[in-house]
Amino acid sequence: MSERHLDPGRGGGRDSGAGRGAGVAGFFARVRAMMVKEFIQLMRDRVTFATMIMIPLLQLILFGFAINTTPRNLPTAVFSHENTDLSRAVLAALKNTAFFSYVREVHSADEAEHLIRSGEVLFFVEIPAGFERDVRRGDKPQILVAADATDPIGSANALAALAGVINTALAHDRFVDAPGENAFQIVQHRRYNPAGTSQLNIVPGLLGTILTMTMLIFTALSVTREIERGTMESLLAMPIHPVEIMLGKILPYVSVGILQAFLIVAAGMLLFGVPLEGSVLLLVAATLLFIVVNLSIGYTFSTLAQNQLQAVQMSFMFFLPSILLSGFMFPFSGMPLWARVLGEGLPLTHYLRMVRGVMLKGATFPDLQVDAAALVALMLVAMTVAVARFRQTLD
Amino acid sequence: MSVATTDPAPPAPAAPSALGEVAIDVEGLSKSFGGRVVVNDLSMRVMRGQIYGFLGPNGSGKTTTIRMLCGLLTPDSGTGTCLGYDILTQAREIRRYVGYMTQRFSLYQDLSVRENLEFVARLYGVPHPEQAAQAELERLGLKGRGHQLAGELSGGWKQRLALGACILPGPELLLLDEPTAGVDPKARREFWAQIHELAAGGLTVLVSTHYMDEAERCHEIAYIAYGHLLAQGTVQQVIAQSGLSTWTVDTVGLTGREAGLAVAGLSRVLTENVGVDMVAPFGTSLHISGRDAEALEAAIAPYRTDPRYVWRKEAPTLEDVFIDLMSRSRDEMR
Ligand SMILES: Nc1ncnc2c1ncn2[C@@H]1O[C@H](COP(=O)(O)OP(=O)(O)O)[C@@H](O)[C@H]1O
Ligand SMILES: [Mg+2]
Repeated sequence: MSERHLDPGRGGGRDSGAGRGAGVAGFFARVRAMMVKEFIQLMRDRVTFATMIMIPLLQLILFGFAINTTPRNLPTAVFSHENTDLSRAVLAALKNTAFFSYVREVHSADEAEHLIRSGEVLFFVEIPAGFERDVRRGDKPQILVAADATDPIGSANALAALAGVINTALAHDRFVDAPGENAFQIVQHRRYNPAGTSQLNIVPGLLGTILTMTMLIFTALSVTREIERGTMESLLAMPIHPVEIMLGKILPYVSVGILQAFLIVAAGMLLFGVPLEGSVLLLVAATLLFIVVNLSIGYTFSTLAQNQLQAVQMSFMFFLPSILLSGFMFPFSGMPLWARVLGEGLPLTHYLRMVRGVMLKGATFPDLQVDAAALVALMLVAMTVAVARFRQTLD
Repeated sequence: MSVATTDPAPPAPAAPSALGEVAIDVEGLSKSFGGRVVVNDLSMRVMRGQIYGFLGPNGSGKTTTIRMLCGLLTPDSGTGTCLGYDILTQAREIRRYVGYMTQRFSLYQDLSVRENLEFVARLYGVPHPEQAAQAELERLGLKGRGHQLAGELSGGWKQRLALGACILPGPELLLLDEPTAGVDPKARREFWAQIHELAAGGLTVLVSTHYMDEAERCHEIAYIAYGHLLAQGTVQQVIAQSGLSTWTVDTVGLTGREAGLAVAGLSRVLTENVGVDMVAPFGTSLHISGRDAEALEAAIAPYRTDPRYVWRKEAPTLEDVFIDLMSRSRDEMR
């Protein structure tokens, strides 16, 4: 026991100690020390870790149910401009199918508008004047369908089903030779959700919102937790810079974020057939950037908050507008100016554009660079505030 | 408060201050929280290789002072150096060469013993951190507990681990804040043996405590109460400076309960006398102290002829001195 401290450099030897831990190597050593520590703590906190993996899976499963549930009994109103065999056949078909629940026939567009606005009906089918005549002539007349698309999945499926229902009715009554041969056109008019957000759009959106929520919470708790557990006092007494603490606390969670993103994208592609039109590499790069931005913002909250509860509240205050103003819930272009200005300041807005671009439209880097730059800017702002606000003393 | 005789201190070896170098040198440190002065105009100097005891009752400002020394708190006023680095501007350098053991265990409870040590080793840039942590584990006698979570250790083992983590990076100064609070006597003795060994190796140690017997294991001590540093020097110096006279009274021919009653009765009457500043019972004897030796003798004179008591004039104990210092400074505050 008494042999220790005899290693040279201990005690009086200032010189041997001064070189150690200095420079770039020291910087990486300290960030690494912090990362290893955070990673072990993360893995040891089974409940949190499991929650963070379960949230995306749970969301996807719930979402999967929503998609797979065939909508039934959607309340529907019909406005027919003529009373012919054909219009009656269409009406009968609508009444007979389980998709729609026929509410009533209306006699003016205003009346129909009122019903759909009040939510009494979700669908409104308008059969034009001269419909039967035009079908017989082969003129392909238009049936107007207005749908309350605030429930986009339900309305999208019902709209798709509508054509089939009418076609079958026509074939059955021998107005046309075979089902599927289009004797008419359906003109769709989506109300309240003109973007027609479908599952294709929602999977990328879900990816963005889940990442926002989990990444924020991870780091929002990290500094306040050290303070509340009393470990901050030791940490601050050690030769580590606030930047090193921040990086060491952010980086381990990038791997969790990537794991979550992988789960969501994989499930989206396998279960819902979401395409990946663009480059995988670009998607990964955009997602990495987005994860780091959210971790930085969460960390900033952590340096501002007095305790863990406050940190969680701040994250929530950030999360809500992210959902509402990013274009996830409502189409971005349809929002008022003030909302769009606020939205531009939210990382989710930029990420949604990027990820929808890459996955659905095959966007390439030049298409995304503005949003990527915006994310980098947001990240730098958050990190600067965090480092500036980090309290290096216990004062 | 523990009594010195329960755990006799090994004679403190002379401080190796031959170097004459100063490890801590601070002047006029003050700190208040919310308008309440917690440390008031505190100056002290600690030589290298010394074991410096920092004594005082709870809430007297020991922790606050230690935090100012290692840059964790910014003093409201005052200046000073720690290992030659300015405590106001060079906190980063100080942190590299100072090991600070906090009053409350502040390593990671959800990390194992080994992981905590490796974390510290990496953070200080110790070469081969895994090996360094392993060596420290063996030295601490924690080899079999390396995988155990720090939060599951008992108080004594936590204290060992915390000290080990402080020593691992090879500091030049240790600041130990009540390291032995709540630790059993055997562990305390081992701890002090280790501190002396470290000091012999050239390390400077400042240790706060409120155990009197531990004060006697230090080369020098400082006593702080209500934020004021009231005395400093070697134990002998502090006792001599106190100007306190102390008499010990024993009972003759009485046993058990009778002796106790006699002592209690004497204690009651003496306390009311002018010249008697402090009366403290120790079993069946009494310690009677006064700042004015003559007034004290006059006060006890009537009782010295009582055949039931034997009177002896003795040097005051450190505890007598500290309690007197504390009550005096409390009187001054009012
Ligand atoms: N951060 C703080 N804020 C407010 N009061 C504090 C703070 N730290 C210590 N104090 C107060 O200062 C006094 C001295 O505390 P401390 O230095 O911990 O004493 P000791 O370590 O000697 O027990 C106590 O009354 C304590 O309540
Ligand atoms: Mg204290």
